[in-house]
Amino acid sequence: MTVKVLVPTPLQKFTNNQATIECDGGNIDQLIDALEKNCPGIKARICDESGQPRRFLNLYVNSEDIRFLEGTNTALSDGDEVSIVPAVAGG
Amino acid sequence: MTQTPIKTSTGRTFTHLVSKEGGIKYPLEALNVCEETFSPLEVAYDYDEIRRQVSRETIAAGPNSIWRYKAFLPVESENPIDVGTGMTPLVKSNRLARRLGLKNLYIKNDAVNMPTLSFKDRVVSVALTRARELGFSTVSCASTGNLANSTAAIAAHAGMDCCVFIPADLEAGKIMGTLIYNPTVMAVKGNYDQVNRLCSEVGNSYGWGFVNINLRPYYSEGSKTLGYEVAEQLGWELPDHIVAPLASGSLFTKIYKGFNEFVKVGLVEDKTVRFSGAQAEGCSPIAQAFKEGRDFVTPVKPNTIAKSIAIGNPADGYYALDIARKTNGNIESVTDAEIIEGMKLLAETEGIFTETAGGTTIAVLKKLVEAGKINPDEKTVVYITGNGLKTQEAVQGYIGEPLTIEPKLDSFERALERSRTLERLEWQQASI
Repeated sequence: MTVKVLVPTPLQKFTNNQATIECDGGNIDQLIDALEKNCPGIKARICDESGQPRRFLNLYVNSEDIRFLEGTNTALSDGDEVSIVPAVAGG
Repeated sequence: MTQTPIKTSTGRTFTHLVSKEGGIKYPLEALNVCEETFSPLEVAYDYDEIRRQVSRETIAAGPNSIWRYKAFLPVESENPIDVGTGMTPLVKSNRLARRLGLKNLYIKNDAVNMPTLSFKDRVVSVALTRARELGFSTVSCASTGNLANSTAAIAAHAGMDCCVFIPADLEAGKIMGTLIYNPTVMAVKGNYDQVNRLCSEVGNSYGWGFVNINLRPYYSEGSKTLGYEVAEQLGWELPDHIVAPLASGSLFTKIYKGFNEFVKVGLVEDKTVRFSGAQAEGCSPIAQAFKEGRDFVTPVKPNTIAKSIAIGNPADGYYALDIARKTNGNIESVTDAEIIEGMKLLAETEGIFTETAGGTTIAVLKKLVEAGKINPDEKTVVYITGNGLKTQEAVQGYIGEPLTIEPKLDSFERALERSRTLERLEWQQASI
């Protein structure tokens, strides 16, 4: 499954300063592993020691927070858009 | 646009930014997240320098605004943007206190903060002063309404360009209260969390100063003044207990930081202040985590009339939980019906018309008292952060109607008699 990943500024040093990259993965877990293969070092930034996305990072699949879907098991289809967005204060 | 030239003062008291997790240092630029951990960045200060610069006397002799606490704020201009923000009344409550059975209740009334009638004027005054120092000519924000009002107004005063993003379904008063200052307003078809996400993406590429995104470390420090003012207004003493609304959780954590800083520099005696937070049941991710003993906050989709605090994915929720727990406070939620009752109760007993967020806070205060979680003797401060005139829709249909009469004495007398009868009936009903 090829999906489009929107990368926040602090992670763009791993993606040659690209704000969007294409990557493969059947679900979020696999996508993060595939990102690591293409952009070494990025996984340790996205995930904490337990391998889960960091508390202050939000991941969305087509605008839906993965915590409203199936977390890192959320399945991906061709053409999906995954965004990685740091949490922001309100309001 | 013409902007006032900046005069830089000597003896800067803030030194760097630091990540809340991991303690990694960053320069004093427009940055808001740690590149390693993505945790928020905080402004760090040289407290020895602050102690050298301030005393109770120098503060009391300062301007009648948040800028009397300038040494504690992350700006270096000698002429910060001062639109009279802050030093709002701290009212000793008699009638509400009696109604609730409290002996020592105070109301911090930011419903009359200047210039746009919410606590947001504090954070925006700081953020725009810092934005000007960092060279931004356009400022922006993602807002549930109050922040948009404040950013647009203070940007107008400072002669800065302004573009604000709001959810499209906001109350009419909040939209008009932004448009009048003539900024660009983007009404986004989505909830606040979606607006926020869009802004994070815009913020990366347009070179604008987003007050609550890339300027967030400076912006959020403005909320500390709600702590400083209460301490000063209580006669340089901390309260025993505070109750404040929780949206992103930032205000709550900054009041806490403010109290601690006053202790650190010796302006007040150390004391444990209990911190209790208020959420609307239709958007209560922090209250749910508190109840369930979790230290992580699961996001929710907001569905409440309390739109100004409807943040389903609160960035500082984790820290708010920590503070409530370690100070032996509580975090409670109330229904929309209770929020309306809270707004009416505060208006009828104290003459303060607050918005839905204030109704939430008063309703939670009542709930905590009824559950025995506030001791009647505790010096309790309840924070009212916004004005009811902005959310009139919320109470429409729940309050009385005017008695329409002819311009004649007998018409008046008949109407008065009728209203007294109605009042009597209501009273009889209530006593059964």
